Amino acid sequence: MGHVPILDRLRDGLTRTKRRLVDRFDEIVRRADGQTSGGDAIDVDTVEALEELLLSADVGVAATGRIVSAVAGRARHGESLRDLVKGEILEIFGAVAPVAPGVGGREGEDPRQSNGPPSRVVLVVGVNGTGKTTTVGKLANLLKASGKRPLVCAADTFRAAAVEQLAIWAERADVEIIRSGDGADPAAVVFDAIQAGQARGCDPILIDTAGRLHTRANLMSELDKIRRVAWRASEGAPHEVLLVLDATVGQNGLTQAREFTSAAGVTGVVLTKLDGTAKGGVAVAIAHDLKLPIRYVGIGEGMEDLIPFSPQEYVDALFQQQW
Amino acid sequence: MFESLSTRIQGAFKTLRGEVRLTPDHVEAALREIRLALLEADVNFKVVKAFIDRVRDRAMDQAVLRSLTPGQQVIKLVRDELLALFGDTEGGLTKDAPTPRVVLLLGLQGAGKTTTSGKLAKWLVRQGRHPLMVSTDVRRPAAVEQLSVLGRKADIRVHAPETMDPVARASGALAEAKAMGFDTVIVDTAGRLHIDDDLMGELQAISDAVHPSDLLYVADAMTGQDAIKSAGEFHRRVGVTGVVLTKLDGDARGGAALSVVSVVGVPIAFVGSGEQLEDLELFHPDRIVSRMLGMGDMLSLIEKAEQAIDKDEAAQLEEKLRKNEFTLDDFRSQLKALKRMGPLESVLGMIPGLGDLKQAAEHKPDEKQLGRVEAILSSMTADERRDHSVMNGSRRKRIAAGSGTSVEDVNRLLKQFTEMRRMLQTMGRGGMPGAGAGMKLPKMAHGLRPGSAPRGAGSGKKRKKGGPWGLMRTR
Ligand SMILES: Nc1nc2c(ncn2[C@@H]2O[C@H](COP(=O)(O)OP(=O)(O)OP(=O)(O)O)[C@@H](O)[C@H]2O)c(=O)[nH]1
Ligand SMILES: Nc1nc2c(ncn2[C@@H]2O[C@H](COP(=O)(O)OP(=O)(O)OP(=O)(O)O)[C@@H](O)[C@H]2O)c(=O)[nH]1
Ligand SMILES: [Mg+2]
Ligand SMILES: [Mg+2]
Repeated sequence: MGHVPILDRLRDGLTRTKRRLVDRFDEIVRRADGQTSGGDAIDVDTVEALEELLLSADVGVAATGRIVSAVAGRARHGESLRDLVKGEILEIFGAVAPVAPGVGGREGEDPRQSNGPPSRVVLVVGVNGTGKTTTVGKLANLLKASGKRPLVCAADTFRAAAVEQLAIWAERADVEIIRSGDGADPAAVVFDAIQAGQARGCDPILIDTAGRLHTRANLMSELDKIRRVAWRASEGAPHEVLLVLDATVGQNGLTQAREFTSAAGVTGVVLTKLDGTAKGGVAVAIAHDLKLPIRYVGIGEGMEDLIPFSPQEYVDALFQQQW
Repeated sequence: MFESLSTRIQGAFKTLRGEVRLTPDHVEAALREIRLALLEADVNFKVVKAFIDRVRDRAMDQAVLRSLTPGQQVIKLVRDELLALFGDTEGGLTKDAPTPRVVLLLGLQGAGKTTTSGKLAKWLVRQGRHPLMVSTDVRRPAAVEQLSVLGRKADIRVHAPETMDPVARASGALAEAKAMGFDTVIVDTAGRLHIDDDLMGELQAISDAVHPSDLLYVADAMTGQDAIKSAGEFHRRVGVTGVVLTKLDGDARGGAALSVVSVVGVPIAFVGSGEQLEDLELFHPDRIVSRMLGMGDMLSLIEKAEQAIDKDEAAQLEEKLRKNEFTLDDFRSQLKALKRMGPLESVLGMIPGLGDLKQAAEHKPDEKQLGRVEAILSSMTADERRDHSVMNGSRRKRIAAGSGTSVEDVNRLLKQFTEMRRMLQTMGRGGMPGAGAGMKLPKMAHGLRPGSAPRGAGSGKKRKKGGPWGLMRTR
């Protein structure tokens, strides 16, 4: 079989630390597979180990319970337990609505054509410190590499040096940036960026917003204001709202997804910091409960460390037998 | 969002209303609820396991089994165990440190190290100290600039040398502090993964160069199961002396706090409660335990109550509760005090045990309703308020007319009052953890030896389908 670069990247990110987890899983699988071929139900130790495996990946109590009972219920038919678990998780990801046109928009369109469609506007949101600004930088780089002409907008006018941070990323990725002073109205910067972006023929327009906890009602309504202003600047904007989720997050991730979706109309998730030991399993619960697709995963602090999410690769990488 | 731990424990015991004897199986059912609730609160599953075993040993005690309020007893047990884990700490920095004291902030990416550096500097100034800050994060874009901006905002001196060598920057700051008479040096470090050997080595080098007396591990309160791996590894590499739990102003249950503390075995020093430079507080174990149990912030309730309620009055009230002499008069003065404490809903949320009540009673008492209640109470005579048993039909009619309400309203109020009285009495008798009399319960004697406790479903080696975690749906 040929070399699949993306799979390799993801594998690299996951390998470092998943090894022990996988060894453990293999042990379970071997035991369980040996047993199930005999036509027996799985014993309680296996169920415990399986539950622990999923819990330790932050899949959460409810989703773990669902996966384990589904698998345990079918295991007696002599199937491999590993495949059953993978299949179950894939099914959850699979039930998510088919992916709409990606962040970069439809292929082969040149926004600079005089009466072409308006630039796509992508709003990047999330709680504090998850990796929004970094993701905007990486995304700009990714899109530029694929022949687009992205523009980034520094709408985090609150956090110390957030604008400078994005400016450095814009420089690295060699893309244009629209910025304004600290303390400026973020919605006003967004308006300017969309207008400037359209005028200059930039597409897409990537908007970095300040981190905010979903419990802060006033900050959440600021997102709503940004949305309204974006629409005023360009009908239909924002076309995409990406929620940036830290893979180390626990069950609060589900609440984040729910709250940001209701306040800001999230259309997709970016799962960052997958290069650590955390597995971001709450994404499984998010896919199940909210039917939100995961668009990209972050696997490092470098500019190249963002790859499109593929459920199959994610699950394969989690449950790979040998690396 | 999550069902509170205390609600769940109560629920586990509710099913057996009417049964005469509690059995270990009932306790086992409650333990299962505790286990699930802790997992949902993101406590690491290994930590949960050890915790449940400890609680089981104590919960199988005869005193719990015989208790009239087993739910309350178990909640109290859980609370005690949690508090024991968090330790008897007042938070803050280590007690003895040379001058200048060096504080190193470390942790994963985006945890809040740089922001906490600024907050800590401000906190130190409030303590009459003279801190100096330095950033050793030469990797993340604009990280150095971020600390400088915070320094300007907080009016704190930031050591900003030309060199981009993290170790040299830290040593330089220490030298400047010594030369210029700063008594504390706050060293901000770059976020790093615990499995990044090179960067962990860099952190060790920084630490070796400036010999910090405080190595604060900055952890995001929203962290899940990974918390113990990262904290454990940072601790192993550089030795953590305290934890700063950030972003606690959100609605995370803070289970990660328990995981981290169990693993590194050091107290939580501070909590971050917002993005502003003022939002740093000393850690209070009580508060996080209440948060985990879903019992509301008891301490702020007490603080508020102290402002609103007269001390003698409170003592008298407690006495009355104990003797079941709580009257409509007392009810009225309590209502008045409640009103002084702020919006009713937020007050109810803070009262231990009433969190559930608030949930159960969909009909939240609104302020208008309160006004009606007050009108009814003022239309009663002093005698009636002192002893509600004199209330007959004609008195009720008179009160209704006098207060501009209906007899049904009066009846409802009286019914609620008697219910409340009954509830307050059970609470007063010692069930309620943390509140008033509950705190003064004599410590329970240990009945069963550790390990002799009967094990419940799942731990046997029987061929059962349900896992010990009890996550599987029963079909
Ligand atoms: N290891 C790793 N670190 C990452 C990844 N993505 C972002 N980071 C780091 O996480 C930290 C926070 O990233 P930011 O991009 O500043 O996060 P943010 O969401 O913009 O933060 P606020 O704007 O303050 O809310 C930085 O140190 C980033 O370098 C990733 O995929 N892997
Ligand atoms: N709501 C809230 N936000 C916080 C708190 N502490 C820090 N933050 C925010 O979390 C984000 C990350 O904070 P930083 O101080 O940049 O985190 P860091 O650990 O220095 O990040 P890196 O240096 O990139 O690893 C910022 O948006 C902060 O404003 C807190 O207690 N509450
Ligand atoms: Mg940012
Ligand atoms: Mg920092």
